[in-house]
Amino acid sequence: MSANVAAAAQAASSPEDKSAISVKDMRKCFGDHEVLKGISLEAHKGDVISILGSSGSGKSTMLRCINLLETPDSGEVRVDGELIRMKQGRDGRQMPADIRQVERIRANLAMVFQSFNLWSHMTVLENLVAAPTHVLKRPRAECLEQAEALLKRVGIWERRNYYPPHMSGGQQQRAAIARALAMNPKVMLFDEPTSALDPELVGEVLRVMRSLAEEGRTMLVVTHEMGFARDVSSKVMFLHKGEVDSVGEPKEMFARPPTPQFKQFIANFNK
Amino acid sequence: MEFLNDLKDQVSTAYELLAAGWGVQLLWGIAWTLAVTVVSMLIGAVLGSLVAAAKLSHRGGLRFIGESYTTVFRGEPELLIIYLFYYGGTQVLTGVARSTGSIGSTDILNMPSFLGGVLAVGIISGAYQAEVFRGSFLAIHRGELEAARAYGMSAWLRFRLVIVPQVLRLAVPGLGNVWQLTIKDSALISVTGVAELMLTANKAARSTHHSLLFYTVAGILYLVMTSVSTPIFEKAERYTSRSFTRPK
Repeated sequence: MSANVAAAAQAASSPEDKSAISVKDMRKCFGDHEVLKGISLEAHKGDVISILGSSGSGKSTMLRCINLLETPDSGEVRVDGELIRMKQGRDGRQMPADIRQVERIRANLAMVFQSFNLWSHMTVLENLVAAPTHVLKRPRAECLEQAEALLKRVGIWERRNYYPPHMSGGQQQRAAIARALAMNPKVMLFDEPTSALDPELVGEVLRVMRSLAEEGRTMLVVTHEMGFARDVSSKVMFLHKGEVDSVGEPKEMFARPPTPQFKQFIANFNK
Repeated sequence: MEFLNDLKDQVSTAYELLAAGWGVQLLWGIAWTLAVTVVSMLIGAVLGSLVAAAKLSHRGGLRFIGESYTTVFRGEPELLIIYLFYYGGTQVLTGVARSTGSIGSTDILNMPSFLGGVLAVGIISGAYQAEVFRGSFLAIHRGELEAARAYGMSAWLRFRLVIVPQVLRLAVPGLGNVWQLTIKDSALISVTGVAELMLTANKAARSTHHSLLFYTVAGILYLVMTSVSTPIFEKAERYTSRSFTRPK
């Protein structure tokens, strides 16, 4: 007992205090295929971590396991120090022990998707206030005010009464980022936010993301944008075949690739 | 000339018959037909959404119940189901009432005709609506449901804020179709004695011996009801899919 108390006290005073997301030994299989083979990740408050890897390396799956859109087979996830409790399901697989806890934690981990996933039957403004009013139960007037300010910030305030299908991909993605910001999230998860965009629309989205990084937001960004990874992020993590191949400070990683796999990966990108 | 005179006679007879009270009765028939159709559609909407949910469930048992429901009630003649509910229902009610002693051993407790009728038509309508709802649910963009989960929405919030509005949008054209089917099925419950349009036209035709006249008038009235509902559903479709059509 006393050992537990001591451990808890240590955890509270250790650098974990600053931990925004901590993943330990996460594993995930789809059928026979092991996509994540024991991934660990530590994100501190204010970190902007770019997660790189070729397709099939497990980077999106890892992100989706953090907010439990996919259920990891094993391993633990802590958000802001709080462990997401898991239990054994009837089929022997792991499942969340308390879905309320998962929903509460998800509300702190706003996600931005590759294909935007705005709710198509709501206007942009409604998209921004839906979750804050219904999930966080904040007053509607306050949410509307914040939503308008966020839309001004991402430069699409004039489109606030548009339905998503009437906007360009870049505008939709900026609306989706504003929707994420409206949650006042502790961490923002970006799942290849520019991969579905026409090349000329990538810049407008990256500019918004860069400004978020500059104001000290904690971000996990799965991306293929090498420029963003190198110049904006505070840490780069390279996944290879479901494992963490290398992690490091971006300038250093790109100047002196620590592993042959990473060297190969960036060489392919520069072709 | 003779033909024209004949026609004139026919028209004036028709006018007299309709003015003599049959016209008002037919209007009441329309009212009952609409009442049967609306109530059946509502019963069908409730059953249809439950059955659609069962068919989409990941539990094998529920899926089996849902599948059986749509197979049986789309696969049997409507008239048989109405007889089953009305006469079968009467038999069951009578049996129960006799055994509890609430009626005498030779008395009969009739299934109320409106209730028996709308239950039967509603159950059939529900089988078709279930397919409409199921197809609509499957057509929702998966990413939007995933976003709702990712933003911490509970199952109930996802249902209320994302699934219902989108299912309704996608279901409107299919529901327009079911509405027409249900109007036509409502004619069949004339066999239970509900004085809807079909029964009224029948009564008028038999007692006046002007079958041609009354069935034609009833036919026109059914056509008016079904064709008036088409633009209403089109309008609803335009409204619910406004986010996908270009703004003016």
